Parts: sequence; C-alpha cells; structure tokens
Amino acid sequence: MRQTFAIGIGGAAGQGVATPGDIFAKIFSRRGLHLSAYNAYQSIIRGGHTFLTIRTGPEKVSNMGDHLDLLIPLNQDSMNRHLGLLTARAACIYNSDSICPGESAPGVQLCPIPVSKLADITRNKVAQNTLALGSALNMMGIGFEALESVLTEQFKRKGEAVVSENVAIARSGYEYASGNFKPFAGALPMTENRYAVLSGNTAMAMGGAAAGVKFYCAYPMSPSTGVLHWMAAHGRKAGIMVRQVEDEIGVVNMAIGAAHAGVRSMCATSGGGFALMSEGLGLSAMMETPVVVIDCQRAGPSTGVPTKTEQGDLWQMLGAAFGDYPRVIAAPLDIGDCFKVIPEIFNVADRFQCPGIVLCDLLLSEGRLSVDPKDLDFAPVVDRGELITSATSNSNPDNDGGYKRYKITESGVSPRAVPGLPDHTHTAASDEHDEDGVLISDEFTNPTKRRAMMEKRMRKVVGIKAAIPAPKLEGPGDAEVTLIGWGSTKGVIEEACELLNEQGISANQLQIRWLVPLHGEAILEILKESRHTIIVENNYSGQFARYLRSETSFVPDGHIRKYDGEPFMPHHIVEAVKEQLSGKSNLSVPAHEILV
Amino acid sequence: MATALATPKHVTMTDLKGKVDPDWCPGCGDFGVLAAVQKALVELQIPGHNVVTISGIGCSSNFPGYINTYGMHTLHGRALAVATGVKLANHDLTVLVTGGDGDGFGIGGNHFLHCMRRNVDLLYIVMDNQIYGLTTGQTSPTSRVGMKTKSMPFGNIEAPVNPISLALAAGATFVARGFSGEQKHLTELIKQGIEHKGFSFLDVFSPCVTYNHDNTYQWFRPRVKKLEADPAYDPSDWVTAMEKSLLWGDEIPIGKFFGRTDVPTLHGAEPVLDSGPLVHQELRIAPEVTRSFVAELM
Repeated sequence: MRQTFAIGIGGAAGQGVATPGDIFAKIFSRRGLHLSAYNAYQSIIRGGHTFLTIRTGPEKVSNMGDHLDLLIPLNQDSMNRHLGLLTARAACIYNSDSICPGESAPGVQLCPIPVSKLADITRNKVAQNTLALGSALNMMGIGFEALESVLTEQFKRKGEAVVSENVAIARSGYEYASGNFKPFAGALPMTENRYAVLSGNTAMAMGGAAAGVKFYCAYPMSPSTGVLHWMAAHGRKAGIMVRQVEDEIGVVNMAIGAAHAGVRSMCATSGGGFALMSEGLGLSAMMETPVVVIDCQRAGPSTGVPTKTEQGDLWQMLGAAFGDYPRVIAAPLDIGDCFKVIPEIFNVADRFQCPGIVLCDLLLSEGRLSVDPKDLDFAPVVDRGELITSATSNSNPDNDGGYKRYKITESGVSPRAVPGLPDHTHTAASDEHDEDGVLISDEFTNPTKRRAMMEKRMRKVVGIKAAIPAPKLEGPGDAEVTLIGWGSTKGVIEEACELLNEQGISANQLQIRWLVPLHGEAILEILKESRHTIIVENNYSGQFARYLRSETSFVPDGHIRKYDGEPFMPHHIVEAVKEQLSGKSNLSVPAHEILV
Repeated sequence: MATALATPKHVTMTDLKGKVDPDWCPGCGDFGVLAAVQKALVELQIPGHNVVTISGIGCSSNFPGYINTYGMHTLHGRALAVATGVKLANHDLTVLVTGGDGDGFGIGGNHFLHCMRRNVDLLYIVMDNQIYGLTTGQTSPTSRVGMKTKSMPFGNIEAPVNPISLALAAGATFVARGFSGEQKHLTELIKQGIEHKGFSFLDVFSPCVTYNHDNTYQWFRPRVKKLEADPAYDPSDWVTAMEKSLLWGDEIPIGKFFGRTDVPTLHGAEPVLDSGPLVHQELRIAPEVTRSFVAELM
C-alpha cells in the first residue's frame, strides 16, 4: 500500500480555504513529495461550502484516496459535515472559540485551538487558518522553517509587518501543538525530487504554448476558464495572441480564421459552449482547416452543475456537427497528460487537416497534481503536415494550370497553402466543392464529384488511425477482472486495481486515451482474453460502453458508474468489483459519502 | 527562388476574375458590387494573393468564388468572426468581408456588434437587398414595415434595423452607404474603406430583382443623395452623421457618413504583434521564458 497523507480543509467560499491548501501544496512539493488536490465547491463567490482535499506521499498520488488523516474545518458546517469521515489515528484541528466538535469515531484526536488566546483576531481575520497550519505541520513532523519560508513568500507583497505578523501566528500554532496535541505516527519522508504543482487547465494552456499555439480565444465558462486565465497572463511573454470573444460561436470561428491564415490555433470551453461551437467544427472539417478545441466536461445537461465533474459529453463529441467528417478525439489521462496531449493532437490535426478535440473534465481541469518539471517539455515534436508557406516550395507539381487546394490524393490530404502566397489563390468553402475549391453545391452539383470529395476527406481516417497508438493493458495478463476506463479515471482505477490485488483479487486495467478513431480491433484482441470485464465511467448511461459496443459489438460483464458530480474514490470501485464478482449485480452506482 | 521576389506585376481586372462566373440572377445588384470591388483593387494595385475575401452564406455570400483573391466561404453569419481570426493571424493581408443583410444583421448580429467595438481592420461590405434571397424570399432584418414576403404574407410588422445608425452607435470608425447603381461612387467608397485603418462598414443597396419588388433600382434612383454633394458635410462629426443616418424616405443619403482615425485597430493595440504578423513568428518560445513558466509552479 502506498504511504499517503490526506488533509481536508472545509469552509465557506471566501473564508480562505485555498490559501492553506496552496501553502500545504508548496511545502509538500518542496520536500520532494507528490500530491494530488481536488476542490469540491459550488457556483457561489461568497458562502456555500468548499472542501479541499490534498493528498500527499513519496510515490505518485493520482487521486483523493479513501481516507482523511487530518480535517481542518474552518466553520461549524464543515465540522458537522465531515467529522464522521475520520477514523482511528486521524485528527481534527479546529477553532474552539467558534466551533464545537460533534460525535467522533474512537481513536480520532480532537485538537481544539483557542484562537483568540493565541492571536489578535481583531487584526487578523484568517488567524484560525494560520494557527491550524502551524499546528498541523508540527503534528506531521515538518520543521517550522518550511512554513516560515512559504509564508514569507506568500505575504512579501504586503510588506514586512504582515509577514512577521503571520509568521508569529503560525509559530504560536506550531508551538501550541507541541504541548497539547499528539503527533501523527509515521512522519512524512523527504526526497531529493522537486515537483511543479499545476492544474489540468494550466497544463493544457502550457501544452498549447509548447505546441506552438499562436492564437488562443475563449468565452469564460467553468471549468475551462483556467486555460484562458493562464493564456491571458502569459500570452504576451509567450508570443500568443489571446482574445476573449463574445460567444463560443465567435470563438470557434475566430480560431478557424487564425488557423486558416497559418498559425496553430486553440480554444477551450465546456459542454454548453461546445454545443455552440458544433457547426464550426463542421466548417473546420469541410474547409480542412485544423483547429484544436478543448472541452472541459462538467455535470450536465444544460447549465447542469457547473462546478462538478462528469464524463457526460462523449456522445456530444462523437456527434458534434452534422454530416460525416474525420475528427480526432483524445481524453488526457491525468494532469501531466493534459500537457502532453496538446502537442500530440496538434500534430495529428495539422497532418490530417481536421478538427482535434481534447475531452477533459473538471476533475483534471481544476484538480492539481505534482508533475516532474522534466515532463513539461517545451520542445516537443512539431509536425505541421503538408503546409505550403512559401510560393517556391515544390508542393504543386501539377502541370495542368495551377494549385488545387483540395487535390484528390491517396491519403486524402491535400497540400494546404496559406493566404498571402502568389499563385496559390483559392476559395475554401463550407459548401461542397471541387478539387480547386469551386462550389459544386449550387448550379454545378455533380454526384460523381461529391462522392469523390467525400471519399477524399474520409480517407484521412485511415492515416489518423495509424498515427495514434492503440491502448495497452496494464497489470497481470490473466487477472480475474479487467477494469476499462477512459480519460481522467486512470489514476483512481489504477489505485483500485492495487487495492484489489492486495486483497487477493487480481485486477488489470485498460485505459483509453484516443477515443476517435478507436482502435477497436486492438481493444477486442485484449478483451477477448479477459475473464471478467467492467467499464468504469463518470456518467449515467455508460456513454463509453455504448460507444465501444457501437464500434466493436463488445458487451462487458458489468458497469460501474457515478453521476453525482463527484469523482470516484478507490474504494467505490473496489467494493463495486467485489459486489459484481459475487454475482450480486452488474451495474454499480457507488454513493458519495462526502457531503459537498 | 526568384519568382516570389520578382517586381510586382501590374494588377488588372482580368487578374481578379474568379474561376467561375456569378450565378446571381440577371440584373442582381451584387454584380455591381463585385465589379466595384475588382475596380477598387485595381485602382489601389493590391494583388489578389494579398487579399482574403470572406463571406457567410446567402446569395451575396457566394462572392469569394467570383473574385481571384484568397477566399473563405464560411458559415451563415460567421464571416466577421472568421475574418477577425485571419486578420489577427496575418495583419499584412487585406481582409474583405462580403455578405447580405440577413447574414450580417440577423444571424450574425452579435459578431457585427463586437467587430465594430474592437475596430478590427477590415472592410465589411453588406449587399443589403432587404430580403432573404437564397431561401426564396423571406423577410430580413432590413425589410420595411408592411413589406409582404413568403414568411410575412400579410406584411412585416417588425421595425427594421438601421445599419448606419447601428454602426455609428457601436463605434465603427468608418461608416458609409453605397448603391449598386452608382458604380463610380461605390468604387470610391470601397477604396476608402480598404485604406481606412480600422473597421470600415459599407452598407450597399443591392436590389434583389427576383424577390424584392418594393426596393428596386427605380425606387432607389430618385431617392439616393450623395453626402459628398454637400461640401459642408463633415464626416468627422458623429452627431451630424447620426442625424443623417435617420433620414429615410424621399431622400436617402449615400456616401461616407463618418470616419475617424484616432482609434487604434485591434491588431495595432496588441503588443504581441509588435514583432510582426503571428504567422511569421517563431513557433518555439525562448527557453528562458518557458523556464520562468515552470518556475512559477515550483
């Protein structure tokens, strides 16, 4: 079992839940510890209930885990909601001036802090947070200097007086703990590694910068807005034009315009905004202008639950825009992969001149993960495909009088000239057109030409499929159960497999990253050897299960689904697998026990 | 090789002829607009490969196929959004947007509004025929009250959009109106619109001879009065321009209503473009910059 330590901090929005979270994250990553953080919150700026979970450990931490080691409730509501989650050896640090603990399980250490005795609360409104930080680090066996240096960084903009005031409060919390609270057993180790801590949105934005994106535009929509924020803050340094547009229809069309003029162009949104972009994706496909669109899924339909996660947009992606056209869809597997997938999908979109869709979700977009900085590669392979950027390139070997933008080729890919080049003028049309771009949709319609153009475009699917890798089975080949997932569930399924193996049930995992085109034959080849197959996904109807069946006729033995807005925890999957292996059910819908 | 660097050749009307002839109805006002655009490019000596003509959908939106420039025939109502992307990615290009009143003021109304306030440097020509033509004759956002169409057979009861007032209110920095039946005047307005640094809006009366029997050449001809005919008219005076824009009836002004050059263009206001068009910039970011991005996360 991995050694991990999980902290939950709860409070109302505006009470400062994020700051102690950031401070813990900095301290852990600077000790060479991995971490994963997830914030459960609502669509409210002040009030409500926010619950931040940070889980850390010396090995990779891929999800929030099953247990809390430490709870820091910043108000009574958080205490009432979460104290019951704690089990023996866990602790709860709280402000005893204003919060009363309720019933707690045997072996849970209650750590009341008399905040008004230790700090001047008329001067410092977040004194309880800072005191709790100090006490917590003491109990974890981490030296005070770690906290002092992070606090100094955090407050240095506000001046020396604020720094020393906060350091003094933190120190009194630290010292109060040594005399009054019992330290945690098994102090967290230190390693020589150093990690970057980032959200999936930051990772995708940086991945875009690495891929050579020169144009980024968006309309604000949770949970995708973080991509816009990173781009807006860093665009001028990175040489990226960043625009906020009037709506998502404008976004996708502006992105296509920029792409058509020759730059790599990207945009991000969530399900509702993506619905508005749908017609534009067809335009990208028909004009054969590559563009990359990120969809950060949130719980739908309609406005749905804007601050909650789901994998419910798959069929929207599969069916986005009318008509048949080649598209490529990838679902990043974790936050580090959010970075990597962007240059990869740009290469595919550029080579095959089609839209690329990144199917992310709130869990990755807004979650945070420690990533080895070496994995943030700003010089990835860039393949822009058959792009003509100079009038002298020998890409137009035709002798029959000129450049044909939509020349019929075996691969379906036609060399693409960017506007501004002499001798390559052409019209790119959303209407069906001939090889030279002339419309055949109006008076010149010709079924033979229409068929030829349709087949030319669709031939690209063969090339795309060859350009993307097939999925691989992870874990013992002859396992008792095979768990199939896609995208963001990779980490939690991985941990569930580890737990199952520890409990004597051998389990392996097939995680799908490239969704369209799907390597159906390779998947069938793997699954036909599997003894018991279960598809795990974060939606109601089993969207991936239905897609897999439509592509391969494969029907799994069971399903584990969750659609309450919260991500899976490892034990949800473990218990469901046991239930299904015992034959009790073939559809499990685990209940989320954390009330957020 | 040397071909690309050779002395620019003289641009002629033949150079700008499209691959196919227009499929507009005989007598359509759009023919006059096409000819005027080609003449303007010849007079300004702008070669076709430095121009991108972008349209939405509709009769007039078939325009890019009939002129030998780079063309984009995009989605209904979306030409201005696409054009903004093109201009920001390569601001060396001359960007022309062509379309109709339904495309621009109906389905594309939101982009029209925002493109104006952003002062995107392009010329937007609306071939305004006050009717939906390609869908065979329905009421458009500029159809007059009372006009009978297939979609409003008992007469339109909705007030029309006034494109000139709308453009003035939205902050367009060049606002003009032409008439397809006044070729020389129209060509002049197109030239001014292309040369203007910023968003140029040109609404052109372009009669639909098939579906609009109210607003015909004969109806317009006695009514249109050139603003330029009055030497006292000052196109830098926004208030007077707004007053003139409200005139409709026996006298309908055409010409340049308003122009100002003191507003920065969108591409001019963005420091990212200080080192030249995006499309010519380095793909890779300097390592010291990317290192600073990662350092923020440590």
